[in-house]
Amino acid sequence: MPTFEYAPAPESRAVVDIASSYGLFINGEFTDSQGGGTFKTISPATEEVLAEVTEASAEDVDRAVAAARTAYTRVWSRMSGADRGKYLFRIARILQERAREFAVLESLDNGKPIKESRDVDVPTAAAHFFYHAGWADKLDYAGLGPDPRPHGVVGQVIPWNFPLLMLAWKIAPALATGNTVVLKPAETTPLTALLFAQVCQQADLPPGVVNIITGAGPTGQALVGHEDVDKVAFTGSTGVGKAIARTIAGTRKTATLELGGKAANIVFDDAPLDQAVEGIVNGIFFNQGHVCCAGSRLLVQESIADQVEARLKRRLETLRVGDPLDKNTDVGAINSRAQLDRITELSEAGEAEGATRWSPECELPSKGFWFRPTVFTGVSQTHRIAQEEIFGPVLSVLTFRTPGEAVAKANNTPYGLSAGIWTEKGSRILWMADQLRAGVVWANTFNKFDPTSPFGGYKESGYGREGGRHGLAAYVTTGDAT
Amino acid sequence: VSTPTETDAESRARDILGVSRLTNPALSSWLHGLPGVDQVGCEARAASLGTRSVKTTSKEWAIDTAIGMIDLTTLEGADTPGRVSGLCTKALSPDPTDLSTPRPAAVCVYGDMVPVARQTLGDGSGVKVAAVATAFPSGRASLAVKLADTADAVSAGADEIDMVIDRGAFLSGDYRTVFEQIVEVKRVCGGARLKVILETGELVTYDNVRRASYLAMLAGGDFVKTSTGKVQPAATLPVTLVMLEAVRDWRELTGVQVGVKPAGGIRTSKDAITFLVTVNEIAGEDWLDPFWFRFGASSLLNDLLLQRQRMRTGAYSGADYVADDSPSLY
Repeated sequence: MPTFEYAPAPESRAVVDIASSYGLFINGEFTDSQGGGTFKTISPATEEVLAEVTEASAEDVDRAVAAARTAYTRVWSRMSGADRGKYLFRIARILQERAREFAVLESLDNGKPIKESRDVDVPTAAAHFFYHAGWADKLDYAGLGPDPRPHGVVGQVIPWNFPLLMLAWKIAPALATGNTVVLKPAETTPLTALLFAQVCQQADLPPGVVNIITGAGPTGQALVGHEDVDKVAFTGSTGVGKAIARTIAGTRKTATLELGGKAANIVFDDAPLDQAVEGIVNGIFFNQGHVCCAGSRLLVQESIADQVEARLKRRLETLRVGDPLDKNTDVGAINSRAQLDRITELSEAGEAEGATRWSPECELPSKGFWFRPTVFTGVSQTHRIAQEEIFGPVLSVLTFRTPGEAVAKANNTPYGLSAGIWTEKGSRILWMADQLRAGVVWANTFNKFDPTSPFGGYKESGYGREGGRHGLAAYVTTGDAT
Repeated sequence: VSTPTETDAESRARDILGVSRLTNPALSSWLHGLPGVDQVGCEARAASLGTRSVKTTSKEWAIDTAIGMIDLTTLEGADTPGRVSGLCTKALSPDPTDLSTPRPAAVCVYGDMVPVARQTLGDGSGVKVAAVATAFPSGRASLAVKLADTADAVSAGADEIDMVIDRGAFLSGDYRTVFEQIVEVKRVCGGARLKVILETGELVTYDNVRRASYLAMLAGGDFVKTSTGKVQPAATLPVTLVMLEAVRDWRELTGVQVGVKPAGGIRTSKDAITFLVTVNEIAGEDWLDPFWFRFGASSLLNDLLLQRQRMRTGAYSGADYVADDSPSLY
């Protein structure tokens, strides 16, 4: 029995109304499917069924794209940037006003701890709308090129790890630049997107500017492959990203793909150690490691490896795993059975290949999908757990001796989304950042996001950027080309 | 001529540093070889600990624990025997309407008020008498004066001495002087426990806070304490966090446990609970004890009592329903 036991401090579920079933948000209203089925979305922490959701058919996709096209030609493309900005500001403010509702719903549907949905996901989502609202009437001065114009109808497919935040990353720049949207949330986490549809209604957004259709892979394929979609934006696995790139090859469509990662978090012997340990923990255990830019490979300088390992383990003993709605929970539930199986399989492969596995003592709930925070030491570059994206709370620890070796090991992966550097030597930070082939390089911090900062990958982590001016560029065409 | 205590402290320090002579360069390279503190990361960690939600039974426990950790303090030029004696009476029965209320750990006064405090508290109350010494708060006096100040308080019956370090010497890199002064004061303390005030508001950087903490522990301080309360900022959460990391790592290095005392600016129960959460998650539960952790505070006690009454009765009363023997004038 600990001396200082934190009593349960659950956030109330009463703030959010979940309907028993949801239709598709097309042309400003919730409509029934034409020929599509339904599926259930559950809370991964308890396996409780939260709601029944519609699986959009190809006809539904047609209707949604048609609504978006009409809204584009008749309303949104003709509206002044200042007026588009007003709608975005309105949406941002409503997100802030209803923040608690969104946070609770996100934690219920996704399994992430309420402190993360409350302090990161929802405020950052609102920040993305505020940021892009400001750009809407200034696109001519954003340095995007002469006469920036929208593509038209954008098809967007987003993942389950940050459902609302990824929605904001996709919808805010699309609307700011004058495009209309058909968005498909992930099948395991559709609820905040459907609540966002209500926000669009509340904000009096013209019908058809945002359409939200739920479903699984086939719905996403139908959307991406639809011939009246002008641009595709996708965040998710590298496998699906490649399939999308093949689908749209030879068409007029452009795409931004934000895919997987296997980031190296590199700790030098002159690092601020206590903060580095925090950064390692935040890098891989934030959001149960369901983060494409997670620092899943710790590269630590050999001379301090033992010390860092000891400090890391001591820190992990204080992580609180459990009820996502408890305000003191640090690590929540794994999002789905399928994901849990994948994490379990790769961890077993790590053990089989000879790495040393360690987890802190912690009780896991009996129902739902759970995985202990796990650290593998003695990992080699050739191990599967050093090569493949696990997308779970599993850290692989490798060592290096020189800065050159650190760079070589960090870059030795098909991915290139992010990296972290921990050192008090400024010149080394700059040199490393220059050498690392990763879209984002954090120095003495990790997993920091801001709407002003472009985010995206090298190599198999995808292409295109989201956020900042670079993010706007993906949603406009410039010059004389039509 | 070195005294036996001096030799002990010096030889232990030489052992830990692995040097044959404890010169200023030796101290300097040791202190500057400690891992740095990243300001942004440190403050972010402190802020995240501030979001812990402590309710119901854990809140009851935390409030009582915090009350028992207070060094109830009055350090004003205008202090009189009457005021000090009032403060001591308050320490003896913090809430006359509820005799199950724990007593604070100590009262903290200027050296000349020690006899008054001693007399009012009597023997066996469990409330210690702590005295500030060494030309508190500035510490600008000769070593002889500082030692006399300390000896005076100890002979008047102080159980604990709160000394200040020579910040001027520390900031100019003269670590040897800071070390020697702490060793000397500790020697004069005899059986009294020594709290070493770093005055972190004047040290400014977290790197300095970490180095000063190590220096104080190396010299044999029983506690590291943030502030005098006379300089702003005083006890911030990130500063206390750095000191808690230092005592945690020090015990791992030497086997010796050292206490921590944030002082100044902690006024509300919510603040106090956040500090306890930080103690719990940074240093560990071994420090969740008045012997190892203190709050230097005055108005904090009454806020904790208000919260305690609220937990008991279910309703907030108000400031007029807790006795205030020593209203703070600033």
